[in-house]
Amino acid sequence: MNALELERVSYTYPGAEAPALCGLTLEVAQGEFVVLAGGSAAGKSTLLGVASGLVPHFHGGHFDGRAEICGMDLREHGPAALARDVGTLFQDPETQIVMGTVRAELAFPLENRGHSAVATARGVEEVALALGIEALLERSTVDLSGGERQRVALGAALAGRPRLLALDEPTSQLDPVAGDELLALLRRLNEEWGTTILLAEHRLERCLGAADRVIALERGAVVCDAAPSGFLEWAHGAAPSLETPGATLIAGLALHPAPAGVKQARATLRAAGLLPAPEPPTPSPPAARHRGRSAASLRLRRVWHELAGGPSILAGVSLSLAAGERVVLLGRNGAGKSTLLRHAAALMEPTRGRIERGGRVALLLQNPGDYFIHDRVGDELDAASLERAGLAGLAERHPRDCSGGERQRLALAIVTGGAQPPAVLCLDEPTRGMDRSAKARLADELIGFSARGVAVIVATHDPEFAASFATRAILLADGRVVADSSPADLLSGGWYFATETARILGGHRGILTAAQALAELGGARTAIGSLP
Amino acid sequence: MTYLRRASPLHAARASIGAAYCGALVFAALVISDPLVLGVLALAVLGAGAGAGVGGRVARSLYLSAPMALLIVAVNALVSRGGLTVVARLGDGGPLGQLDITLEAVAYGAKAALVLIVILAGAALASAAVDPDQLLRSLRRVSFRSALTATIATRMVPLLALDARRIGEAQRCRPNPGGRLAVMRAITANVLDRSLDIAATLEVRGYGAARRPTRARRPWSRHDLAFAASATAIVGLALALPAPFSFYPVIHGSFGAWTFVLAGALAFAALAPFLQRRGIVV
Repeated sequence: MNALELERVSYTYPGAEAPALCGLTLEVAQGEFVVLAGGSAAGKSTLLGVASGLVPHFHGGHFDGRAEICGMDLREHGPAALARDVGTLFQDPETQIVMGTVRAELAFPLENRGHSAVATARGVEEVALALGIEALLERSTVDLSGGERQRVALGAALAGRPRLLALDEPTSQLDPVAGDELLALLRRLNEEWGTTILLAEHRLERCLGAADRVIALERGAVVCDAAPSGFLEWAHGAAPSLETPGATLIAGLALHPAPAGVKQARATLRAAGLLPAPEPPTPSPPAARHRGRSAASLRLRRVWHELAGGPSILAGVSLSLAAGERVVLLGRNGAGKSTLLRHAAALMEPTRGRIERGGRVALLLQNPGDYFIHDRVGDELDAASLERAGLAGLAERHPRDCSGGERQRLALAIVTGGAQPPAVLCLDEPTRGMDRSAKARLADELIGFSARGVAVIVATHDPEFAASFATRAILLADGRVVADSSPADLLSGGWYFATETARILGGHRGILTAAQALAELGGARTAIGSLP
Repeated sequence: MTYLRRASPLHAARASIGAAYCGALVFAALVISDPLVLGVLALAVLGAGAGAGVGGRVARSLYLSAPMALLIVAVNALVSRGGLTVVARLGDGGPLGQLDITLEAVAYGAKAALVLIVILAGAALASAAVDPDQLLRSLRRVSFRSALTATIATRMVPLLALDARRIGEAQRCRPNPGGRLAVMRAITANVLDRSLDIAATLEVRGYGAARRPTRARRPWSRHDLAFAASATAIVGLALALPAPFSFYPVIHGSFGAWTFVLAGALAFAALAPFLQRRGIVV
């Protein structure tokens, strides 16, 4: 019996004009680790909705074809019945927690299955130990961080030992460390428990190494269904936005096979004699500091934020941003990145220290939808601003009906609009749920702001995005600045806060992107090719 | 409106007993008409909040109840015609007729206001100190649909509070911030989306096919016993008041020795369970 069998499945959401899934036929065998790839609105989340039964039972709409999930016909079994065999994890941990304590949250799906109190208690302990969240069991779910909530939600999805686990961008809110931990855990579940994994993800470089198979979707149809290497070779020609940096590098050097992970890429480069020799660690050059009294768009002087009866979220942060500088702020969940941006934008006041602003500070928070207060896009901004943001055609649309990328552009245009242009632009996790082309567009926009003299500071967990726009990188830990240097220095030398290209090349010469690597290694390849 | 985990005897008691204890305090407020005993009961509720480590939360309920209490006193004084002891003549009040403020109307209004204060403080104590998960689990054994509605509703409260904070911050980031009304509209628009998200999560956790949960055998702790005894004693003492304190047409009742004994016993019954601090660590 397959974990998932779809036969000519088409589905249209209520009120939608175009179908979200078009004649989908595919099978996923028990124990497979399948990654769903595709741009925004390709149909990944809808396919996961079919796997969990929310489509069509919860969302309604028009459904055609036959779907069987773990042997249950979707027409006869709704999400509640499927929940016996299917665990589901959505993108937003905020709405996936329904109980007040972690223990109650993990017990909830087991109680729904009618497990005895003893079996429920045992199940809770086991899943908590498996996920390493046993210390959280008595904690209130309200007090958990985003990463902790995502792990607890995963625990609730896993508590009944489901045969199929459907996950919709589960790492999008996690820092690289927590994201890697989650993916390692999924791999372990897949290998040791035989759980079938169906994972939708935009940052493919993080998960292809664990996958058996990749299904690429476009406009609700399967456009590629292959092993990771086969998928990457297909993507190189047909969908470059889905290609991982490692695959771009290897394909650019005309090498094979396309690498599903860092290890495979290094092996291919080593075999071709192109893998740079490990360099002895060199001391980082001291960071350029802006101690002068002039020309700073934003200056934080020993800023503290100490909670009453709690820890210090910021602990003596001092930094300065020059006009036109593009800064990326990195760090684990809870390191203080969002708090720092809120202080910069005067949403929070430091408990100690001082902040000097060279003009208005615009801040785009994590949820662009929070900025919209009107029923028409045209009421949020004037026509000229909409035109500049490339949203002129959406004036009559409701902001909630715009795509994720459009909503973010609209929110960005709102915060940077107004009579007084901003001196500083802060963005908090702007790439959540974005596909690669949307990220590239955002990076271009940020570079445009910088060219107009706006200092840009972005908190992100995405090293690839950081490498695409930043001229300076700051690493925060426990509310302190622990590194402040060039992106080449910071993003090339680490394990977690490093781009895939940097990890492949072992930090060689601070190379961060596939394009930089091709420029460097392409010459070496030519030299090797010309050897007698 | 959110549960706070604290190391307190009330938190250590099972949710059904904790709810019964808070319910007994509210019941007593509704039954007792003696203002002195009611005042003692109000202090006892505040004391219980302090004993449970949620005194601030319970005291904050006064922000809501105090203005309403003042309104009750004022309105009752203006509209009640039952008293005989006139303390102020305000003259002709138009459609309200002759406005005579009587001592009885003011006293009755104050008593009603006190009842309201105790009820809201008792509710605040229950929301902060009684585990809603345990309570909902018990409710599911009785009424599945009501439990589903209650689950969504209880989860929506902290979620909407977070939404409100987030949207408020986002509005402050706009060069032309929306007013309070605009923020309220945005939050309200979010409610439907949020409730759908929560309902979807409940579905995929199997709530729609849930069976009646099995009864969890849990031995009665000293706190369960203490608060059960306390709730019984509070209800018993409230019903044991010899004669109702009457306000109209003239105030009739006395603060005799029995009243003081009863008030003291009520306070003791309400606060005694908090003296036992063993086995309360979360």
